[in-house]
Amino acid sequence: MVKVRGVSKKYGGKMVVDRVNVDIAKGKITSFIGPNGAGKSTLMSMISRLITKDEGEILIDDKEIGSWKSGELAKKISILKQSNHINIKLKVKELVSFGRFPYSQGKLTKEDWIHIDEAIAYMDLGSMQDKYLDELSGGQKQRAFIAMVIAQNTDYILLDEPLNNLDMKHSVQIMKVLRRLVDELGKTVIIVIHDINFASCYSDYIVALKDGIIIKEGTTDEIMDSAVLKEVYDMDIPVEIIGGNKICVYFR
Amino acid sequence: MKKIYLAALLIAFSVLSLFIGVKSISITDIFHLTGDQWEILWISRIPRLISIIIAGVSMSIVGLIMQQLTRNKFVSPTTAGTMDSASFGIMVSMLLFSSVGPLGKMSVAFIFSLTGTFIFMKILDRVKYKDTIFIPLVGLMFGGIVSSATTFFAYKYDLIQSMSAWLYGDFSMIMQGRYELIYISVPLVVAAYLYANKFTVAGMGEEFAVNLGLNYKQVVNLGLVLVALVTSVVVLTVGSIPFIGLIVPNLVTMYLGDNLKNNLSHTALLGAVFVLACDILGRVVIYPYEVPIGLTVGVIGSGIFLYMLMRRKSYE
Repeated sequence: MVKVRGVSKKYGGKMVVDRVNVDIAKGKITSFIGPNGAGKSTLMSMISRLITKDEGEILIDDKEIGSWKSGELAKKISILKQSNHINIKLKVKELVSFGRFPYSQGKLTKEDWIHIDEAIAYMDLGSMQDKYLDELSGGQKQRAFIAMVIAQNTDYILLDEPLNNLDMKHSVQIMKVLRRLVDELGKTVIIVIHDINFASCYSDYIVALKDGIIIKEGTTDEIMDSAVLKEVYDMDIPVEIIGGNKICVYFR
Repeated sequence: MKKIYLAALLIAFSVLSLFIGVKSISITDIFHLTGDQWEILWISRIPRLISIIIAGVSMSIVGLIMQQLTRNKFVSPTTAGTMDSASFGIMVSMLLFSSVGPLGKMSVAFIFSLTGTFIFMKILDRVKYKDTIFIPLVGLMFGGIVSSATTFFAYKYDLIQSMSAWLYGDFSMIMQGRYELIYISVPLVVAAYLYANKFTVAGMGEEFAVNLGLNYKQVVNLGLVLVALVTSVVVLTVGSIPFIGLIVPNLVTMYLGDNLKNNLSHTALLGAVFVLACDILGRVVIYPYEVPIGLTVGVIGSGIFLYMLMRRKSYE
């Protein structure tokens, strides 16, 4: 379990994340939603020790994040940021194999290769594993990065806007994979996501942030409610049930 | 190009290099060398060959590391002020501690080139406008400022004559007893091999590296120390050889990608072959006189650099 206790982050005098408390349950997809500048990405970066918190505690499996060794934490929690356009010429297979870096520091063992091949198969990248990243489309690239994270084989997987710049087909594909990671492999997935309807259809739990504080959190069913969403987004969002899912119709 | 071809080319050029020079030694003499010929080989030609190979290998490898760590294909000891800072350091050591030996000079040069490289990295952090070309241009300007300071003090204190040996790389002065410092580069190159995976991970960016549990800052600092050390050693023994650290790694990564584990040995081999070829060319073009390596590599290298700039679309 990830426990966030009174965590804050200040940038140039402005509280971006303000004394946040939240528990993230194991074996679930938890979505962070909220308007731009709500502090979702900052909170996620602090949970994954990419940036340091100014105050508060973050407990990962009951151990404060600062007392984890970075190398050990890399076997426990992985993060993929939206800034995917890394300017490096690597083959898909090489990228995925770097997911094993925390375990083998680059000297890959047989076991590492099993994980790499499984991750590639899981993301359906077999046919393009020897291609360079810069030869792939946006959706394929995103799948390659997720495969790397799968090879990293961590209990917690954090993804910052994994659907950024993806078309509908690839978005659905990615979300289905995340669902499978949770249902089949028992992973805990935390995502920052802007598309409220994807959050509704795929997540178990939703945390809504605004101006650096959590203004609502609850099961998907509780959050997908016009009154709640009005508070989060300052707009009227009618919620309809279509095909068993709550869908927001906010376009007009 | 396959490693085996590069290795064959390296051997062929090496042999050729041993038998070019004013004092004629033919390959057929190899089994009945006169004392004279033997001395020439032993005192001048072999040290020259060794220093060419070590300089080519190590400068190319530190260039590759630098490009990886800055994630910019156009950053190298030449385009980040590292080399100019090393020359500045040598000038300072001649001015203030004129009696120190080569190791002392190297230490001063190292401190200066490391400082210069860190300043460049700090500038990089501050630059908001991260255009691929803009960054090396900033580096070249920074290097220009440092080197103009070097020239200023060198004129002022009448050191220009002795400084010019370090401002322009030249293998013709290499001989037994005055080049051995360059062997310091060998363990540094070995260290680069041992850290290859870590440099590749660092090259994926800080967030990626931290996610994989790498101590990013430590690896970057280690890389920059390697770069500064190798550059100072080479500048001190041979003089500055521009552009090798830029064009050799670029030619290799264009075909082999950025995984250091795959491209380090190619980079090393091509670096040696390239410098060796340039040196041979410089020795035959106005025979029996010589064009110094700094000039040959400078002309050929800047040509290739311009070509790379023009087709830079493929890097972005």
